[in-house]
Amino acid sequence: MISVRNLTVTHGRRPAVHHVSFSLAPGSLTAVVGPNGAGKSTLLRALAGLHPPSEGRIEGLNAGDVALLPQQAQMDRGFPLSCRDAVAFGLWRESGGFRAVRDLRRVEAALEAVGLQGFARRPVGTLSAGQFQRVLFARLLLQDAPVILLDEPFNALDARTSADLLAVMRRWHGEGRTILAVLHDLDLVRREFPDTLLLARDAIAFGPTEQALSAENRLRARMMAEAWAEDAGTCQRAA
Amino acid sequence: MYDLLIAPFTEFGFLRRALVGCLALALSAPPLGVFLMLRRMSLTADVLGHGMLPGVALGFVLFGLWVPGLALGGLLAGLLVAVGAGALARATGGREDASLAALYLAALAAGVALVSWRGSAADLSQLLFGSVLGVDDAALLLMAGGATLTLAFLAFAWRPLVLECFDPAFAQAVGARGGFWHLALLGLAVLNLVAAFQAVGTLMAVGLMMLPAIAARHWSREVGGIVAVAVGLAWVAAVGGLLASYHLDLPSGPAIVLAAAALWALSVLLGPVDGLLGRWRPGHHVEG
Repeated sequence: MISVRNLTVTHGRRPAVHHVSFSLAPGSLTAVVGPNGAGKSTLLRALAGLHPPSEGRIEGLNAGDVALLPQQAQMDRGFPLSCRDAVAFGLWRESGGFRAVRDLRRVEAALEAVGLQGFARRPVGTLSAGQFQRVLFARLLLQDAPVILLDEPFNALDARTSADLLAVMRRWHGEGRTILAVLHDLDLVRREFPDTLLLARDAIAFGPTEQALSAENRLRARMMAEAWAEDAGTCQRAA
Repeated sequence: MYDLLIAPFTEFGFLRRALVGCLALALSAPPLGVFLMLRRMSLTADVLGHGMLPGVALGFVLFGLWVPGLALGGLLAGLLVAVGAGALARATGGREDASLAALYLAALAAGVALVSWRGSAADLSQLLFGSVLGVDDAALLLMAGGATLTLAFLAFAWRPLVLECFDPAFAQAVGARGGFWHLALLGLAVLNLVAAFQAVGTLMAVGLMMLPAIAARHWSREVGGIVAVAVGLAWVAAVGGLLASYHLDLPSGPAIVLAAAALWALSVLLGPVDGLLGRWRPGHHVEG
């Protein structure tokens, strides 16, 4: 059980995630939904240990248990690296960083599992956005983590690519991994995700998807003030 | 042909020493340059090169043209700039490129002022642009030692460096300590620049590091290939530059950097990866 208690994560003094509490059962499949700037990516980064919380706790989660799919915009897509080498980094924790990966068959198998057979030697700089996302999924496959965090995994992908990658995600779910995914497509969330966290800096709702995404909750999320109040005082909410 | 290419090296010991030193540096500096380029820090290398000048100048004022003194001063000043620019940018909320620009202008001016204060125009010219005559035993040891240390480091830290350049967030998430390796990379870059300045001068030392790296980008699509090509180009530039320096009576630094620049221009023009000629050629393509 992963439990997030009263989590606040700030950029400077501005909270991006504000006093959020929820818990994830092992093997659960949960969507994170909310407007732009609601703190969704920040929440994932905090769970992955990339952004220390300024308040609150994350319990039941070891750094080695988490694999994060970042948004592509945060990576150097023109980097001179073959698909095989990019995917092989998924074995980092297992093989250590300083030796070459010996078992290339597993890397090839991961590429095949995401529909990239024959791409091993292709430079990642020559891939389309969809193919690059497949490479990142293959890397996640090799990481073999019990907890998988996906930041907008199906954004800007064509129907076939998202269907393929969705199948990979379902497979992970079937294997009993805990999955938390940031998504904007509410139809997809309703179809595929049993549980949803509706986030607008504060947690608006958490629970079964239909209830969390009720019209009333969505309206409350939409009311999140995007502007910073210049005269905002220090938050006094009890830790 | 023999007179043109071989004779200068068989006849003159100082030219042989410069050649050995430059070949050693051409083996270690370009790979560092490749990693700096891949991190979009090509200009940072330039700043490190200029940043070490006041240290070298202070060494000159205190010890004269004594290699260990010059090298120590350069190393300390270069490291200070490397670490200081990042720290200053973070502490003041400014941009790193702005801090770097400010630091390197100040460093260059301070260095030139210090050398002019105590030295002659010839001393200044030697520190800025290098002299093959400056490569004595101490300098040669520094060049070879720096190259050895760099190659050992690269062999050990290759994968963390590649990962840190490609996807720093992932590197952090899997505990690869990318920041540490990055800092070590900057430290070694300074060491290579310090080792190089005897032969090619403080202003020109960066040329042997960055130009082959930037040129090699046009010959390969993989980090390993880029590094191999960069080293090859740097060797050609080192030999060609020293020969040009001898035959045309040029300072060795600009001669080597010009040779590297010529290879870069060729690469931009002819290189199979994003080269200009490939772009102009009418569109033949393989079967879809």
